Amino acid sequence: MPKITYIEQNGNSKTIEVDNGLTVMEGAVQNNIPGIDADCGGGMACATCHVYVEDSWLNKLPKAKDAEQDMIDMAYKPNKNSRLSCQIVVSDEIDGLTVTTPEKQT
Amino acid sequence: MIKTDVVIIGAGPVGLFAVHQLGIKGLKSEVIDNLDKAGGQCIELYPDKPIYDIPAVPKCSGKSLTDNLLEQIKPFGSNIHLNERVQEIKEEKGLWTLKTSNNKTFTTPNIIIAGGVGSFEPRKLPLKELAKFENKSVFYSVTDKTLLKNKKISIFGGGDSALDWALEFAKFSKVTLIHRRNEFRGAPHTLKELEKLKKEGKIIIKTPFQISSINEGKELKFIKIKNDDEKTEKIETDIVLGFFGLIMQLGPIAEWGLNMDKKTIKVNTENFQTNKPGIFAIGDICSYPGKLKLILSGFHEAALASVECFKRARPNETYRFQFTTSSKEIQDRLGIKK
Repeated sequence: MPKITYIEQNGNSKTIEVDNGLTVMEGAVQNNIPGIDADCGGGMACATCHVYVEDSWLNKLPKAKDAEQDMIDMAYKPNKNSRLSCQIVVSDEIDGLTVTTPEKQT
Repeated sequence: MIKTDVVIIGAGPVGLFAVHQLGIKGLKSEVIDNLDKAGGQCIELYPDKPIYDIPAVPKCSGKSLTDNLLEQIKPFGSNIHLNERVQEIKEEKGLWTLKTSNNKTFTTPNIIIAGGVGSFEPRKLPLKELAKFENKSVFYSVTDKTLLKNKKISIFGGGDSALDWALEFAKFSKVTLIHRRNEFRGAPHTLKELEKLKKEGKIIIKTPFQISSINEGKELKFIKIKNDDEKTEKIETDIVLGFFGLIMQLGPIAEWGLNMDKKTIKVNTENFQTNKPGIFAIGDICSYPGKLKLILSGFHEAALASVECFKRARPNETYRFQFTTSSKEIQDRLGIKK
């Protein structure tokens, strides 16, 4: 099973195994990873599952669609590494992905 | 003081359908919502996005779903109190008293919380120093345009609200539009107009920039903005406007002594009552084993909660299950003439 690492702003990090086909957001919510609220439940309607993707992974992920970028505009402190974790689907190709959660989501 | 059988908190699809399920049982209800229109997330977050999983409706938009529900509950004459938030609740002898942010009070044996993920509030700029200027020189919505005449205005955001206000204020103020990336999202004619005003020097556009700091002191004089490469610029500013959409906050509900599970309220699956007798939670805001955040689940929850509401509101009557197809009583309540 692919492993995903979630790092909090305070440096705490957790690596968990997430089933193929789930999203990085679902992996976090099902494993009580702090820092990802996912208020809308994956509908790309709230920007509260915002994460920063590690530089080395940024270009390996499928590019964010316009609608995702529009939503990231609303996120708390976005930067060029910003993605919505509900739009990153876990697969063997992204085994080892590391994301950092923002200091808060709202 | 408004007396009613049930107060419903939240005018989203599930709250509206609760009016129907209560209404066909002969119960009066009043609906309260913090937004300026009914529809909840369907209207606020995705009015034009198609929904494909409403039973027997192959495809509809959030807007048409809301319009149809409003049509469906018309016969029951429930009031929908908009722009109001329930601030506090109190219980005495099995009756609940609710107070709203507009100082209205309601008294009722039943409260149905159909609050979704909470009430919508504007999302704010991520700089805590701005808080003290809020509603003086920092705004997240525009209520009085005249206050913003002949000012130096910095507008943050890249969507329709930011663009529309930038164009509007450029007529009589010095506008700087700041956005975190180079692309703006707006109607084609808006984008064209923006390009034109930019060329004429009537709007200054700064991208990809975000706010980094403001001046110290009692009055807002300037802001500093920063891009991804840490390049900083200073902008003389009297007024800051931020348009980052809405965020959902649970608000006072969290303080009512209900059994919570993170941001949701625990209920039983027989009648969706919470740990407080007479308080029900349905739709996205409730949780129980196997809960799905679907509109159709919320409709089911509304139907079951309404039965228990009947028993509490009419303790001396016996509840009888009836079909809308055959019950004369229900058809009378629906105003159907035969």
